[in-house]
Amino acid sequence: MADYKGVLVYCEITDSKLSSIATELLGCGKKLATDLGQELAAVIVGSGVAAAAQEAITFGADKVYVVDDPALKEYQAEFYAQAMQKVAAQVLPQVLLLGQTTIGRDLTPRLAFKLNTTATLDCIELSIDAQSKKLLQTKPVYGGNARAIFTSDTFPQIATLRAKAASPLAQDAARKGEIVNVAAGIDPAALKAKVVQTIKEEVAGIKLEDAKVVVAGGRGIGNAEGFKQLEELAKLLKGAVGASRPPCDNKWISDSVQIGLTGKIITPELYFAIGLSGSSQHMAGCSGAKTIVAINKDPEANIFKEARFGVVGDWKKVLPALTAKVKELAG
Amino acid sequence: MNIVVCVKQVPDPEAPPASFKIDAAGSAVALAAGVNQVISPFDEQAVEAALRLKEAKGGKITVISLGTNLARDVVKKPLSMGADELILLEDEAYAKGDSYSTAYALAAAIKKIGTFDVIFCGRQASDWDAGQVGTGIAEILGIPSVTVAKKFEAIDGNRARVERVTSDGIEVVETSLPALVTVSNELGEPRYPTIKGIMMAKKKEPMVWKPADIGVNPQQIGVAGRRVKILKLYQPVKEGKCEIIGGETPEESATKLALRLREAKVL
Repeated sequence: MADYKGVLVYCEITDSKLSSIATELLGCGKKLATDLGQELAAVIVGSGVAAAAQEAITFGADKVYVVDDPALKEYQAEFYAQAMQKVAAQVLPQVLLLGQTTIGRDLTPRLAFKLNTTATLDCIELSIDAQSKKLLQTKPVYGGNARAIFTSDTFPQIATLRAKAASPLAQDAARKGEIVNVAAGIDPAALKAKVVQTIKEEVAGIKLEDAKVVVAGGRGIGNAEGFKQLEELAKLLKGAVGASRPPCDNKWISDSVQIGLTGKIITPELYFAIGLSGSSQHMAGCSGAKTIVAINKDPEANIFKEARFGVVGDWKKVLPALTAKVKELAG
Repeated sequence: MNIVVCVKQVPDPEAPPASFKIDAAGSAVALAAGVNQVISPFDEQAVEAALRLKEAKGGKITVISLGTNLARDVVKKPLSMGADELILLEDEAYAKGDSYSTAYALAAAIKKIGTFDVIFCGRQASDWDAGQVGTGIAEILGIPSVTVAKKFEAIDGNRARVERVTSDGIEVVETSLPALVTVSNELGEPRYPTIKGIMMAKKKEPMVWKPADIGVNPQQIGVAGRRVKILKLYQPVKEGKCEIIGGETPEESATKLALRLREAKVL
């Protein structure tokens, strides 16, 4: 342990800037580094990403490692894992944090096994144990029905943090830090599994992750036609439509709007849960919503244990009247 | 194609949330009576991916399951769906492992199987939701891996095309074989066992491999090989302060709800 020092945060880049999860991780990492009395370092991997290094400093990094290589333009798992393995071997951090994102959940286990250590994915809380000075990792388990606090004996201690689980520090342009370039040292010819095409789904209207209001439906909606009615309320409130897993599995609505443990994790101001039982797996994706409103005909449905307001009734009768009244109130 | 699928027996994740409790020591999940054991749902989808590949290219599907007290009617389900062989890593020494010690034992078993073109795993098991065993097996075996797949097609004996789910669409990955692929629910519903399949599975006895059979050091598997320690297990307290808005008719409730939301300044 003596050789492993400090906290290293992997910063994802979106459109040449730090992604929101990166700033959240820096906020969380800073707190851990302070509790350890050690440095916070960031690592940025990509092509043409040098500008984001300065941004990472303004969000709290003391040092930023930059691996900039044309071969790293897109996320290629093997290259990114190799680059991160190299940086981790150079930095020897005690704690290494990544985001629980498309990249993080793929990259982290690769890295943990390559570094002959271990990782805990999808943490909602991270802290330093006052006595052992080890990283404590709190993670929902059993589909969110329980939570576990883990720690580990091998270094670096690696964890991924769920989006919105930590807050970024206030950006400070006056902060100073050091930028260190690291050569990628990868061999493009050695790539075994290669991303050959990326297909982005076009989103009409507001993105689910950015929406302040989300109108979500569950198994009770019954068909694709039903989701059109949810859309109407969502549009009215300038929000987005979401779903639990069954409607996605049944193709009533696109997979990309699945909210839950293995779908999207969102934290809107207002969340309508309609015809949706409120399984732990689903709640994992929306329990951070400020206000949850449930409409369900089953008064025993778990969603009423999660919601702030509820109507017990058939959504087919409740929703049109609700939409009409909301429209009237909006004038 | 030689196809391997790893499946895990878990408590039914669809059981009501109230059936999951924590034991007095705060170290294990205690289940209410009557909660069935099932194959972890993503692992069933991994079996489905294997069956689709076998239908397209022919071959043999070997299923491996690691654990203790493996109920034969549960772990035989992949056989009744159409898989060919079942190997059980069933021994106390394998129990209560973490992602590391579990991947280590499964990788050793797969090495013993010898020839394989594709290994399918579920993206994560529904009990610990760790999401690392599949990738770990690939890293230990030194083969490429593709995670969170919704579609798998073998291009030929040496290459495959995999569609993986991302937060805003899909990525198409071409990989050399052998490779490991973790499967997500976007692949589609797993098939039901057929009556014929159930009859066949009844007659088939699984092979049971003990740690010595796969040449692993008992200190590196199961609880002894754990690198992640559980300090505490608990259940979040739910406030459960839902204000139920009633009315004579559903329409009246809805109207009152809108007014209440406006009053509470959430609308």
